[in-house]
Amino acid sequence: MLASESKEPYLAAFEQMRAAGAFSGPAWLEQLRQAGIASFDGLGFPTLKNEDWKYTNIEPIAAQSYVQPNGEVQSVHGAELLTRALVETAAPRLVFVNGVYLPALSRTADLPRGLRLGSLAEFVKRDDGLVADELGRHASAEGQPFVALNTAFLGDGAVAALAPGCRLEQPIYLLFISTSATARPVISHPRILLLLGAGSEAKIVESYLGVSGKAYFCNAVTELVGGADSVVEHFRLQQESDKGFHVGTFDASLARGCHMTAHAVTLSGALVRNNLRVRLNGEGAECVLNGLYLADGKQHVDNYTLIEHVSPRATSLELYKGLLGGSAHGVFNGKIVVHKDAQKSDARQTNKNLLLSDSAVIDSKPQLEIYADDVKCSHGSTIGQLDADAIFYLRSRGLDAPAARSLLSFAFASDVVRRLGIENLRQRLDEYLVDRFGAWL
Amino acid sequence: MLDIKSLRANVGDKEILRGIDLHVGAGEVHAIMGPNASGKSTLAHVLSGRENYQVTGGSVTYQGKDLLAMAPEIRAREGIFLAFQYPIEIPGVSTTYFLKAALNAVRKHRGQDELDAMEFLALIKDKLSLVQMSQTLLNRPLNEGFSGGEKKRNEILQMAVLDPTLAILDETDSGLDIDALRIIAGGVNALRSPNRAMIVITHYQRLLDYIVPDFIHVLYNGRIVKSGSKDLALELERKGYDWIKSEVAAAQ
Repeated sequence: MLASESKEPYLAAFEQMRAAGAFSGPAWLEQLRQAGIASFDGLGFPTLKNEDWKYTNIEPIAAQSYVQPNGEVQSVHGAELLTRALVETAAPRLVFVNGVYLPALSRTADLPRGLRLGSLAEFVKRDDGLVADELGRHASAEGQPFVALNTAFLGDGAVAALAPGCRLEQPIYLLFISTSATARPVISHPRILLLLGAGSEAKIVESYLGVSGKAYFCNAVTELVGGADSVVEHFRLQQESDKGFHVGTFDASLARGCHMTAHAVTLSGALVRNNLRVRLNGEGAECVLNGLYLADGKQHVDNYTLIEHVSPRATSLELYKGLLGGSAHGVFNGKIVVHKDAQKSDARQTNKNLLLSDSAVIDSKPQLEIYADDVKCSHGSTIGQLDADAIFYLRSRGLDAPAARSLLSFAFASDVVRRLGIENLRQRLDEYLVDRFGAWL
Repeated sequence: MLDIKSLRANVGDKEILRGIDLHVGAGEVHAIMGPNASGKSTLAHVLSGRENYQVTGGSVTYQGKDLLAMAPEIRAREGIFLAFQYPIEIPGVSTTYFLKAALNAVRKHRGQDELDAMEFLALIKDKLSLVQMSQTLLNRPLNEGFSGGEKKRNEILQMAVLDPTLAILDETDSGLDIDALRIIAGGVNALRSPNRAMIVITHYQRLLDYIVPDFIHVLYNGRIVKSGSKDLALELERKGYDWIKSEVAAAQ
């Protein structure tokens, strides 16, 4: 299918929804949507010729025709889904099914002082400037077709806003469930806006869970704005189903002295692409990026990360690890750009991959673009099988060879999980890994 | 307990062991000394079943069974333990996790009940004091960022927990300062028993001041060229290995 053909249904759907009055809301939102669809029309879906998409063929996503649910939600088994999505039930949370907000499953009562948390639609309705000032300013539709598409069909999503100095003790959970709501595959465009006032502190979890046996497409966009000296830990967990497509864009702008840790853990999904972009705008901003991607069967997982050192003395520390079995295909495309004013930048990037079968494939592509002259930058990428010395060490202690291999696979993955600062989640993920690799127990 | 007869082994095309004969009885501690590249570590690895060593001749009988026919993990479960010269670092798995899995594999093989987390913790706490190791090390990733001394203590801790019948210590003294050496030797000595044999491989006599062997053998060019009592170590310390090399040359 030609790119121009595959975009037609989206342009038509946009016109249809607009004509039917599906896009209500203030004028600024209308403009944002219009700009989104215009960008998408100009860009179309990316092809392998696009350098940033050269290892990921999105044809399976573009070839499907989808419906976008608007308000109707089929019943879901809430408690069970919360458990599977690793949500801590005592913590504040917003729950969405196929992109539609579900107040009944959410928990927004008795929020701590200084925290505003609710659905994007609620914030838009109130229209007090908070959302209008930030939405679309960070995740740009320019050059990013999936952001453009998300923006064009902007409906609901999540907003968390912390007042300056507000320090949260509990994490915030944002859960996005994809189910089979209709006879046709479902598409959703969740939009998440996370605003951290100066000196605030928060831990925010986005958990994506697919429970559909049919194809679906979740096209999520998150914008995070880290105020001066704020401290934020963001965690993205993807457990999409065997037929689920997911493109997740995470765009963060960090002010002076802001410290952000962002974890991205992909456990399953037919085709998953993560676009992560961090701009270290303020002097001394810091980001720590941890990634773990596990894929089996014919799954495809692509992590594209772009870190921009804009101001001096900012640091970035990136570790992404992939474990691929079956005929899975993994991609790591990590780019670091140090702008010319960003002297004394310190950027370190590591990508490690473990191939558990002969037919698993990984494409690892680190890229450095440095325009300043006084910087420390390093990158390293490894692709390999399990270490024979380590296997022998474990066997010499009594573990058989399959147990040694599964223990080492567990260890490889757990090395990322242990860096999580959310105790409850760390334990539950470790248990998940033991279940997945734990033949040795 | 262990009978090695005319054992020959290659690494790649190179013959490293060229006819080793050694008998180790229950409760005995044998030291194997020798200059660099004499085949000491190769012997340790062949006994523990390392894959890239090919046995080309001879036999090894352990408790009446053909040791060379066993996979490395079966040897471990049958009671053979190798303390590594260079213990492997495994990020992402704690000593506790790993050692509990190993112990339960061994116990299962021996027809004993597997230990649960509480029982295992009680056992390991008891063994920690043997090597003066702090409990915090147990929860850290296995050997990652451990100092040389901590790694070697961890080896002896594993030995204490797995309770082997035959322990092989491969240059356990290498890279240790005198305090660490004393602690490790203390741990090893506490594990000496009439039912347990040990083979202590070392380049230097120093270790044998603390772990006093019943027998000493000198390995040179892939053969045991001299055996004797602990006094042989003192002679080697005084005279070095050159006189042994001359003796061997003269005999040929």
